[in-house]
Amino acid sequence: MAGLELLSDQGYRLDGRKATELRKLQARMGVFTQADGSAYLEQGNTKALAVVYGPHEMRGSRSRTLHDRAVINCQYSMATFSTAERKRRPHGDRKSTEMSLHLKQTFEAAVMTQLYPRSQIDIYVKVRVGLTLHLVRGIIAEIDFFVIVHKHVSIVFQQILQSDGGNYSVCVNAATLAVIDAGIPMRDYVCACTVGFVDETPLADLCYAEENGGVSSLALALLPRGGQIALLQMDARLHQDHLETLIEAAMTACKGVSKVLDEVVRQHLQEASVLTGE
Amino acid sequence: MKDTPLSNCERDFLLKAIEEKKRLDGRQTYDYRKIKISFGTDYGCCFVDLGQTRVMAQVSCELVAPKENRPNEGIMFFNIELSPMASPGFEQGRQSELSVKLNRQLERCLRNSKCIDTESLCVVSGEKVWQIRVDVHTLNNDGNLMDAASIAAITALCHFRRPDVSTQGQEVTVYSPEERDPIPLSIYHMPISVSFAFFQQGTYLLVDPCEREERVMDGLLVIAMNKHREICSIQPVESVDLQSPCHRTESQL
Repeated sequence: MAGLELLSDQGYRLDGRKATELRKLQARMGVFTQADGSAYLEQGNTKALAVVYGPHEMRGSRSRTLHDRAVINCQYSMATFSTAERKRRPHGDRKSTEMSLHLKQTFEAAVMTQLYPRSQIDIYVKVRVGLTLHLVRGIIAEIDFFVIVHKHVSIVFQQILQSDGGNYSVCVNAATLAVIDAGIPMRDYVCACTVGFVDETPLADLCYAEENGGVSSLALALLPRGGQIALLQMDARLHQDHLETLIEAAMTACKGVSKVLDEVVRQHLQEASVLTGE
Repeated sequence: MKDTPLSNCERDFLLKAIEEKKRLDGRQTYDYRKIKISFGTDYGCCFVDLGQTRVMAQVSCELVAPKENRPNEGIMFFNIELSPMASPGFEQGRQSELSVKLNRQLERCLRNSKCIDTESLCVVSGEKVWQIRVDVHTLNNDGNLMDAASIAAITALCHFRRPDVSTQGQEVTVYSPEERDPIPLSIYHMPISVSFAFFQQGTYLLVDPCEREERVMDGLLVIAMNKHREICSIQPVESVDLQSPCHRTESQL
């Protein structure tokens, strides 16, 4: 790992990007018909599927009902087959529980839960890192897998892949689109991005190799219009002086992501209105 | 058993007092409680008292096979036990949300920041490495378990001595403490976590919340730093709007 040069002298990274360039972001909304809202998002090689059910009546433990707002329940899962070493431990892993908790925290800050007291909103996100698969085929394969699993038990099949910052951002972006598709009101888009710090330069949107190269990474979830931070999470050592620059870089990257997401939503709306003949 | 719920008057009283910059035990907003560290008889056993919060950390080691993707690095394993001894709200055996959060935060703080040299724990590459296990037991919960646990864990790691080993080809001999002196772990830096509690949507900030303050807080931010002014981890534990408080906590650090 010591030989990998994360930032060359000319300013190019491992995959040829410049320091502040984001990976290619492609997304589709309304992927499943069964769910209230769904979205499929690809950011580089990481693909995430997010599905939203709700708001509906509290299921499971009634004691967790809140009298004045909705409960947001997030489940984060990864596919076993989509990593180099097949993971053995299914749901209940500490890392995946932590990721689910982070997602829940992020969306509690963004979704207007006061409008739906005594109800529950479910957000399920599934991540797959791997070789590129044709978009349509990939969705169909995922649909089959996902629907079968969901019909069986209320616990979504969960396995860990790599739960570092890069995954979290993709999940949040996918889940934002899914929540918008479900028509649940939110204060603003929630855009997330992971930034790293190498050679005094902040790198936006880390890929897997960069993350594992021991770069200090910061994952930031932002509500772009108001500039409010929904979640900020940092790992590895970073000198105090660099923190400001890193947060600034993260916020700029998130605003870039929000532009892309906005375009996707508008396009989807246009397509939908054409179909319904408006 | 569930915790006794907090009454509305107590909640209002606490919030009002915080608005007037007064805390229950008379501390200032950025004051820590008294910290007392004591050691047990074994190497690697340490007790930390943070006011009334009391935790115990124990470090142990054993020789195991290394992970496949990291054949010449040792393994660090952290575990925080929330026992019912600490608080009636904790249940034995069940992995509650708080337990997951604390465990993950401790792992981030100590493992991801690479404070221990794991390559020095390798004995025979690909076959035998030391697995260092840190168990933190909570004995009394009076708020801010995270900071107490992080102090206890890093102190216990500094205190710990592992047995000396020698290798001859593939044969590994582990010497007992009587034969050869045990060796300390090589620690690069000591990350300590500091917890900030937010009230009234981030308007008021308190360091080291006690148990009552934790019940009424809106959010909690945990920042781990070492003495070289490097930030090892930032983690919000509860949902909190981070914009303004973040800048203020930075200036405090």
